[in-house]
Amino acid sequence: MYKTKVRGVLIEGNKTHGQITADVMRPMEQKTPKWWFATMGLATLGMLAGMYAIVNTVVFGIGTWGLNNSVAWGWGIINFVWWIGIGHAGTAFSIFLLILRQRWRTSINRAAEAMTVVAVICAGLFPLLHMGRIWLAFFIFPYPNTRGPLWVNFNSPLFWDVVAISTYFMASATFWYIGMIPDLATVRDRAKSKVKRAIYGFLSFGWVGRAKSWLRFETAALILGGLTAPLVIAVHSIVSMDFATSVMAGWHTTVFPPYFVVGAIFSGFAMVLTLMIIIRKVFKYQDYVTRGHLDAIARILTFISLIMGTAYATEIFVAWYSAMEGEIYTFFHNRIAGDYTGAFWTMVTCNVVFPQLFWFRRIRKNLTMVFIISIIINIGMWFERYVIIITSLTKDYLPANWAHYSPTLTEVLIFVGTLSIFLIGVLLFIRYIPMMAMSELKGILKETRKD
Amino acid sequence: MKKNRNDHQMSKDKIKLPKHYREPEFSVDGLSDEEKAGKSSRRDFLKMLGFTVGYATLASSCEMPVRKAIPFLNKPEQMTPGEANFYASTFFDGNDYCSLLVKTREGRPIKIEGNRLSSVTKGGTTARVQASVLNLYDTSRLQHPLKNGEKTAWEEIDKKVPTQLNDLASEGKEITLLTSSLISPSTRQLIIDFKDKYPSANWVKYDPVSASAILEANRISFGTAVVPAYQFENADLIVGFNADFLGTWLSTVEYIKGYAKRRNLIDEKTMSRHHQFESMMSLTGSNADERYPIRPSEEQNLLLNLYNEIAEATGADIHPASPAKQNISGIAKELLNHKGKSLIVCGTNDTNNQLIVNAINYLLGNYGKTIDLNTPLYTRQAIDKEMDELVKRMNNGQVGALLVYQANPAYDYYDAEKFAEGTKKVGLTVSFADYHDETAQHATYVCPDSNYLESWNDAEPKAGHYSLGQPTIPKLFDTRQMQDSLLKWMDREEEYFSYIRKYWEKELFPRQEKHLVFESFWNKSLHDGVFEIKTETGEQPEFNASPLKAKNPQENGIELLLYESVAMGSGKFSNNPWLQELPDPLTKITWDNYLSVSPSYARKHKLKNEDLVRMNGKIELPVFIQPGIPENVMAIALGYGRQNAGKVGNGVGKNLYAFVEKENGTRRYHLDEVEIEKTGGTYPLASSQAYYEQEGRDIVRETTFDKWKKKPNSGNEIHEKIEKLHVTLYDKAEFPNFHWGLAINLNSCIGCSACEIACQAENNVAVIGKEEVRKRRIMHWIRIDSYYSEDEENPQVYHQPVMCQQCDNAPCENVCPVAATPHSNEGLNMMAYNRCIGTRYCMNNCPYRVRRFNWFEYVNNKKFPYNMESELGQMVLNPDVTVRSRGVVEKCTFCSQRIQHKKLAAKKEGRQLKEGDIKMACQEACPADAIVFGNLNNKDSEVYKAFKNPRNYHLLEQLHTLPSVGYLTRVRNKETKT
Repeated sequence: MYKTKVRGVLIEGNKTHGQITADVMRPMEQKTPKWWFATMGLATLGMLAGMYAIVNTVVFGIGTWGLNNSVAWGWGIINFVWWIGIGHAGTAFSIFLLILRQRWRTSINRAAEAMTVVAVICAGLFPLLHMGRIWLAFFIFPYPNTRGPLWVNFNSPLFWDVVAISTYFMASATFWYIGMIPDLATVRDRAKSKVKRAIYGFLSFGWVGRAKSWLRFETAALILGGLTAPLVIAVHSIVSMDFATSVMAGWHTTVFPPYFVVGAIFSGFAMVLTLMIIIRKVFKYQDYVTRGHLDAIARILTFISLIMGTAYATEIFVAWYSAMEGEIYTFFHNRIAGDYTGAFWTMVTCNVVFPQLFWFRRIRKNLTMVFIISIIINIGMWFERYVIIITSLTKDYLPANWAHYSPTLTEVLIFVGTLSIFLIGVLLFIRYIPMMAMSELKGILKETRKD
Repeated sequence: MKKNRNDHQMSKDKIKLPKHYREPEFSVDGLSDEEKAGKSSRRDFLKMLGFTVGYATLASSCEMPVRKAIPFLNKPEQMTPGEANFYASTFFDGNDYCSLLVKTREGRPIKIEGNRLSSVTKGGTTARVQASVLNLYDTSRLQHPLKNGEKTAWEEIDKKVPTQLNDLASEGKEITLLTSSLISPSTRQLIIDFKDKYPSANWVKYDPVSASAILEANRISFGTAVVPAYQFENADLIVGFNADFLGTWLSTVEYIKGYAKRRNLIDEKTMSRHHQFESMMSLTGSNADERYPIRPSEEQNLLLNLYNEIAEATGADIHPASPAKQNISGIAKELLNHKGKSLIVCGTNDTNNQLIVNAINYLLGNYGKTIDLNTPLYTRQAIDKEMDELVKRMNNGQVGALLVYQANPAYDYYDAEKFAEGTKKVGLTVSFADYHDETAQHATYVCPDSNYLESWNDAEPKAGHYSLGQPTIPKLFDTRQMQDSLLKWMDREEEYFSYIRKYWEKELFPRQEKHLVFESFWNKSLHDGVFEIKTETGEQPEFNASPLKAKNPQENGIELLLYESVAMGSGKFSNNPWLQELPDPLTKITWDNYLSVSPSYARKHKLKNEDLVRMNGKIELPVFIQPGIPENVMAIALGYGRQNAGKVGNGVGKNLYAFVEKENGTRRYHLDEVEIEKTGGTYPLASSQAYYEQEGRDIVRETTFDKWKKKPNSGNEIHEKIEKLHVTLYDKAEFPNFHWGLAINLNSCIGCSACEIACQAENNVAVIGKEEVRKRRIMHWIRIDSYYSEDEENPQVYHQPVMCQQCDNAPCENVCPVAATPHSNEGLNMMAYNRCIGTRYCMNNCPYRVRRFNWFEYVNNKKFPYNMESELGQMVLNPDVTVRSRGVVEKCTFCSQRIQHKKLAAKKEGRQLKEGDIKMACQEACPADAIVFGNLNNKDSEVYKAFKNPRNYHLLEQLHTLPSVGYLTRVRNKETKT
């Protein structure tokens, strides 16, 4: 077996198998802490506000948003792309690292995958809500129907989106769930109440941990991983094609698919970092999510940040090189300078400048700094989508159509609502599902033990 | 399978069926014995009862709207459901005249088209004429007569009013009929008859924006108080002084026709040259070849200097004048080179100015060539003094009765208060207003006039040019047209219809030779809508020189100019939501009037758009920075600020009529000095465009006349290059039969916006209100983009109509996930509303931004209380065009319903479609004939020729969208700068 020399010790504190189980199960078996209820209450309030905004949108129309004839997409699509980006982390984390046999992933992958599933749900809400006639959303699915039959337009990137995102959602959810089966069985075995035992018994599909099951389990994980890995690339490439296949200046760019995929992984990893720092602190998982883990993620972020910088520079260069008034205007007069220059420079600072601080070991070691920078990156990535969508639409080819865009309260509340849904998802996750893959942690315990 | 089975069942007895068909259709396995026996249990009974009752309750509780559709018991002649009927008619609102065809569907007038048989308007229309059909279905119209503001019956009025009139007449007390200018010869005769009946009757004409000075000046110069016919089509050189003859001045449709004819550069290789001196940025000035911003007070002096230069060259008398601030010797020279082929017009209501203009035109020999005094225009007849005298008499208690028709002085007279006070001293005030307007508020009796589409009428807009108006719908409300009321009060039993007929029989029938019988003459005239007597220009009246004088131009102070806006005019149609939402051709602002200030003034006084300023301490106005206005001149539109216009128009904008001044007996529409102070507040303005520069992009391609003569594709050289670069990996789309195309001549288009309203009426485009327009969500399918370039103090202005370009490689089509916008094999970019789910991807990917989204439900929604909210207002909707619901995208369809209609008509006649069969709504409304539509596959079609014209280009053609709309370059007849 491959022994990790580079990483050194992956699980600290000379844990035994039993200790691992006890540690991971502790949050589920403890009395629910007060802060959990408080946070849940807050998140529920946020979700209710979001619900209000959603009802407002569905009952009265998209007119309740700040969009207009020129800027037909706004916060809805910005947030969609942002959430999808975040939703990349889990799967990218688990699968790429699984395939690359990076075993340090084991203490993080479960949480990252859970985050993916919830983030994709949040993301999926937006394209749905931003439809003018949500009640006809089923028109977008290709199936033999009584309407002609009328098929969808297979040329439309929006249709590709539907296919890519639903596939990605199902694959990630399956991957996540299958990975949980042995742990759910552990929960079942330790459960004291009948109801809990029955529920987890059902959820664990009667897992008893036979050698054959383990073999199949490992194989299934690997196969699913292999299948899902291209999806990670595909989903955000396709999301980028919503823009790249259009004619709008600033959107019509061949660099978009790789640029979007990298960007998505960037924001996803940053979100993982944010969450793991909190979880590690709150549940005292310092032995599992070690400083080495966080250091590794920070290093990856530094590298991706450089790619982002390159992508931004490439875009600007190509706009200048194209010598096309529209492109030049968008980049030089509506991004680098102009009405939306604030958003552009926020994006550059957050995504390219701040992560460079990770070059310094001292900053990488300072968890407060790492935490702040991880949040900064997510803000930066939100602004990246804002810059792409808004600057290209507000000032397009015919100056007579130029219009401003600012969101309404309804749009903001929907975003707040999805943030709350995400939080609720995370809270439910830490309460009812083992936060780390116990079985896998045990698998790497021996090799990484300090003997 | 299912079908087969049914077929088999039909012949079950005859054929031996395979086994599975012989099995019972309904399986009895699992049924109880009782059930097998066909008995139902108590349980089943209760189940069924429960279901039946429950279902019945559910079904009956859902309220279904009851819609009545009653078939004709006796089908009216000539009316086929689904087929439109056209009736020739006449529009005249006291301001603008237009001969027209009214399109009716199932007995409802729904659209106005120009009448090509009229030699005055030649098929052109204006935005107001197009919008007038909506007034018919206005719920704010008066629906019954009123007495002191209370509902009353006609019988009551017909009893009281004639008695009172008789009493007054016998007392010899003045009975005044106060009307706008009236062009109906029959009504004119009727008023004469009325005077016979009531000898103390007196007729006063009043125009809110008057041409009194022109009448007065012509009386002095030629002894005849008329507005002459200005023949722009004969003029090689036009010099305008504050005359917005393309926008609002006198007879715009006629002038636009003549003007555009000389500037389209398609039929003719020559082009007229147009100088415009003006104090605001008018539609006319924006189209001029050379434009000179002047202060209003400077005009008189400039005119006199121009006169002196010409007089010096022609040896006429010179009148002393202080030197002009602008150098006009160049124009004087040009004018002298165009003797008899030039035309000077002045819109200022000042007799002195008009006298100088007359003298210049006379010296240049333009009378009889470009100006004809023998076929005068009758749409402005009011002498300002008469109205002032009437108000004086009213206040002195000398007027016994006041009958007001088509006039609203309580709103638009400069001393409205005095007029209102005067009405209190008049014994009997009768208003014929169709709305309970400001004047009608003061009337004892309001006898609502019927809409012109419900009435008989005739008109003589120009000497010898007659036209008829006929009702196209029975009266919607308990209204009666003014003439019928007068006839009634004159104890005449006849109706106005027979009165007109008699008049025509007596006066007009003898003046023609074609028809031997009157019936045939009448039918022909009614069918055509017009009857014209050939007139020769002939000998012009003798010119009497009169002393000319000019005040020195004012040096200091802010001058204010009051003008009519293209949409609202004098403010008669304030309650028309289409017009309120029509973007001003220059500022693109809707739903308001605003104080236009020059950019330099704004910079000096730190004013921004939408800042509120107080003028003369009286009135607060929002500021709009308008390039092209001289510093220290400000301009604001009249026609806003109505208090009693109706639901839509009340309180929109501010009323500026109180600022009109009186000078030498004429009303003066500019003020020498106003005081402006910033209030610190702001007021939102709703504009449909926010940027007015082209940013160096070749959106409107332009050249000068000289360059065009040398090289017809000058300014458009890149078109050829781009055409060569169109390469694609895909097969070229083929359009086997028709390939519809549309060409817009940017040199003909003057930006008057008639097309926008025509499109709105034709295609059921929703009105969304000020708030939504401000959010940049206006629904118009055709818009006119305005761009300014060069000097902000005196910019070049461009007008560019943009509608869906029907791209053959449309970016919107392939991004729609549900295939709601596919391409037809005739080159049309179609829109299937019921497929659309509203992702708005197409809107984003349309580089022309012509797609519109239904952000809200605009029909039957109380939040949008415009015409589509009421059942009555909905009667104007075109039944051939779907009314779009919330959440779908819409856009110009190239009037696909018109294409389809003409195709069917051709099919019925067993022939191919001919060139010119199909006309777009925008094309038909255009007074400048700037739009042509047709089949690009037909090499003889106008549109094909336009596409082959070296001036033709496509908007954003470098994007390879392959539009089916072409634009012909803008050519200005400018002196080429060296």
